[in-house]
Amino acid sequence: MGLDAYLAVSVALFALGVICIVTRRNIIYVLMGIEMILNAANINFVAFNRFNGDGLEGRMFAIFVIILAAAEAAVALAIVLNVFHLFKSIKPSDIDLLRE
Amino acid sequence: MDHASKAFYALLVLFFLGLSGWGLATAGPQGAIFALFAFLSIGGCLICIFEQSIVRSAFALMATFGGVAGLFLLLGASFLAMAQVLIYVGGILALILFGVMLSPPDLAERQLKRVIPMGALVGAAFAWIAFRVSSTMGSWAVLENLPEMQSHAREIGIGFLHPQGYLVAFELAAYLLTVALVAAVYVARRKKADLEALPTMVGGAGGAN
Repeated sequence: MGLDAYLAVSVALFALGVICIVTRRNIIYVLMGIEMILNAANINFVAFNRFNGDGLEGRMFAIFVIILAAAEAAVALAIVLNVFHLFKSIKPSDIDLLRE
Repeated sequence: MDHASKAFYALLVLFFLGLSGWGLATAGPQGAIFALFAFLSIGGCLICIFEQSIVRSAFALMATFGGVAGLFLLLGASFLAMAQVLIYVGGILALILFGVMLSPPDLAERQLKRVIPMGALVGAAFAWIAFRVSSTMGSWAVLENLPEMQSHAREIGIGFLHPQGYLVAFELAAYLLTVALVAAVYVARRKKADLEALPTMVGGAGGAN
């Protein structure tokens, strides 16, 4: 399998993540879409690392991306918890405090 | 199971058969394994977007993360594959499942009339990008003389801790994780007013203790 096959999977994952973010009305789905997009980026990093020379930069970047994703998920779900507490809903369209 | 989901899962099976047939035809057994992992990751995303129940979506995401870990294995990054399984499947997905418990069952939230046009639009845009990128690919991809597959766990560890490597970024990531996790606990904790109101909620009459 060449580089293009991995890039195709990565593009599909990225597009599905974007679709997940823009079509579902639920913050949890937005978080899931973000995780899909980060996974697509990781596939790209590791595939480019494998097919371009013998360095390890791509893998290091992928590890840092995973670390940041873990931190992001923890903080985002804590925020979602508070949003649910405040608004009794986790639909993004219901969070409209500034509109009033 | 309504007609839409029957058609969706039939299409998914067709997609799997086509993908594995394509993999077998182009690269033999290795292509078939690649097709399996690619199907796991893409099909998991498709189910996650399609399903009405958020719990099913979250578990479909597990297939996605497992498939991506398999792709890492095929790329020779076994350390990264292990990290992916541990952190994504074990940690982030468990967090998401906790978040799912907040979500009231709202089966009417997913509407195909919203998903299908938006999906077609985004899919067309990315198909165009993929086509444009693939038409310029031969100029920079170095496909011959591939390095041998190794886990490189030792080199990755040295890269993290060597001053000429990623020591600063590694330390910053450690601080970031500490701060983010403590902040998450602080933000998500129950406020004092909630705790005072708790006995009447769970203890029923009287509010003992």
